[in-house]
Amino acid sequence: MQALTNRSKRVSNKKLSLGERLYLPAVVGGLGITLKHFFKKKVTIQYPEEQRPMSEVYRGLHVLKRDEQGRERCTACGLCAVACPAEAISMTAAERQPGEENLYREEKYAAVYEINMLRCIFCGLCEEACPKSAIYLQSDKLAPSFYSRADVIYGKDRLVQSMETIKTAKSLKSGLTTSDRYVDKVWKNGKY
Amino acid sequence: MKVTIDGQTIEVPEGTTILQAARMLGPEVAPPTMCYYSKLETSGGYCRTCIVKVTKGSEKDPRPMPKPVASCRTMVMDGMEVQNNTSQDVLDARKGVVEFLLANHPLDCPVCDQAGECHLQDLSFEHGAEGTRFEFERRTFKKIDLGPYIQLHMTRCILCYRCVKVADQLTPHRYHGVMNRGDVSEISTYIEHAIDNEFSGNVIDVCPVGALTDKTFRFKSRVWFTKPMDAHRDCPTCSGRVTLWYKGDDVLRVTGRKDAFGEVDEFICNTCRFETKKTSDWVIDGPKVVDHKSVISANHYLGNNQVPSFAFEVTKDYKQVNDLPVQPGSTVNQLDK
Repeated sequence: MQALTNRSKRVSNKKLSLGERLYLPAVVGGLGITLKHFFKKKVTIQYPEEQRPMSEVYRGLHVLKRDEQGRERCTACGLCAVACPAEAISMTAAERQPGEENLYREEKYAAVYEINMLRCIFCGLCEEACPKSAIYLQSDKLAPSFYSRADVIYGKDRLVQSMETIKTAKSLKSGLTTSDRYVDKVWKNGKY
Repeated sequence: MKVTIDGQTIEVPEGTTILQAARMLGPEVAPPTMCYYSKLETSGGYCRTCIVKVTKGSEKDPRPMPKPVASCRTMVMDGMEVQNNTSQDVLDARKGVVEFLLANHPLDCPVCDQAGECHLQDLSFEHGAEGTRFEFERRTFKKIDLGPYIQLHMTRCILCYRCVKVADQLTPHRYHGVMNRGDVSEISTYIEHAIDNEFSGNVIDVCPVGALTDKTFRFKSRVWFTKPMDAHRDCPTCSGRVTLWYKGDDVLRVTGRKDAFGEVDEFICNTCRFETKKTSDWVIDGPKVVDHKSVISANHYLGNNQVPSFAFEVTKDYKQVNDLPVQPGSTVNQLDK
């Protein structure tokens, strides 16, 4: 049959010699390649003990920030929920009672604030929509894997920033995530 | 009388104001209003939001008017030519008006129940500056309780007097009014009197900002998470034609039916507004048509979203999508059929 193109190669069907038929040189050659990699630099790391440096603008697990006095910043305005393309956020607002001024920053607060982590696509639009600088996607913390359906709904118990990180933070800025500091730096340099 | 507004000419009867003539032409031409309310007599003339430029006084006296005029209080003359959105002077002046209105207005939209249907929010979005130049402390007031139904946030008030006129014109006795003068004037009641008239709830509907809000709806939900439904019932005191604001199966709020200018068609009574919040109390007329640009239609993918005008332009080039006449005001559902 005439070849359609002249790119086809003729296959040689010559008989293997005895040395080749033992396959020993090929096996030893393959082991040699494996051995060589023992002495090369490793491309993997021992996660989670070891962690790679992450980008300052990485969008990881959400946090509901407190202000410098430890009061919750979120006022349940619903802008994050309406901005969310995956409709992962839901909330119920409540009115702050007299005597709760040290708990909540504004006269209204989120009594219930839930993010469905299966729905969330970590786009960061909630962070951008927030007028109170309350919700951030941490650049140094990833959403964990889930083992049950009940785990995926993150309520305020797991979203609100812990009081310990408030105490260690010297200023409002140091209490913010690295991605926020990055944005701040970029703004100050006038380049964005 | 012939009047031309932004290049569009309309014939109007004598005694029509420029604003009314512009509203006849449609919401795109009509100047925004904060204090004028067509259903309330003598309203208007306070806020200066509706200012327009009269480039030709009339056919007999074609000289332009020397300053921008408040269109809610200026009558049309035959052959008058008016510029609203087409004049940069008007837009600049309106920007200044918005800046004055916002000088004392708190930035608490995230907390305010009016956010999403607030006229001042719309106005400042369309006509205002991005930042404020106001460096002083904003006004604060002593809290005044207006009873179990109405929440007064005096800091948000822009002193449009609409609520005062509602009380004057709808109810036999008025318990609240504007106290003091100038910079320190405020809405208040005589000796903390609760407002308990049967039609007092209408002050909530007429308030262009969040100064007077529904106490039974307070912090229940943001407006854009609720779904408005037109409904009616047999009410002995009022027409009973209302809009119900649903969240799930619950009626969170009842308001009057508002038109394209944000004005209620009919004033409703307090029983309809505050006491009857069960679906079984009402006969549902259908979903309220919400403008697609409104935040209230955000994330509502089906049903009551109004079809944007460009969709009709597109459908013109293709075959007719249904047997119904396609016209502005149709809803998505009608197009789907």
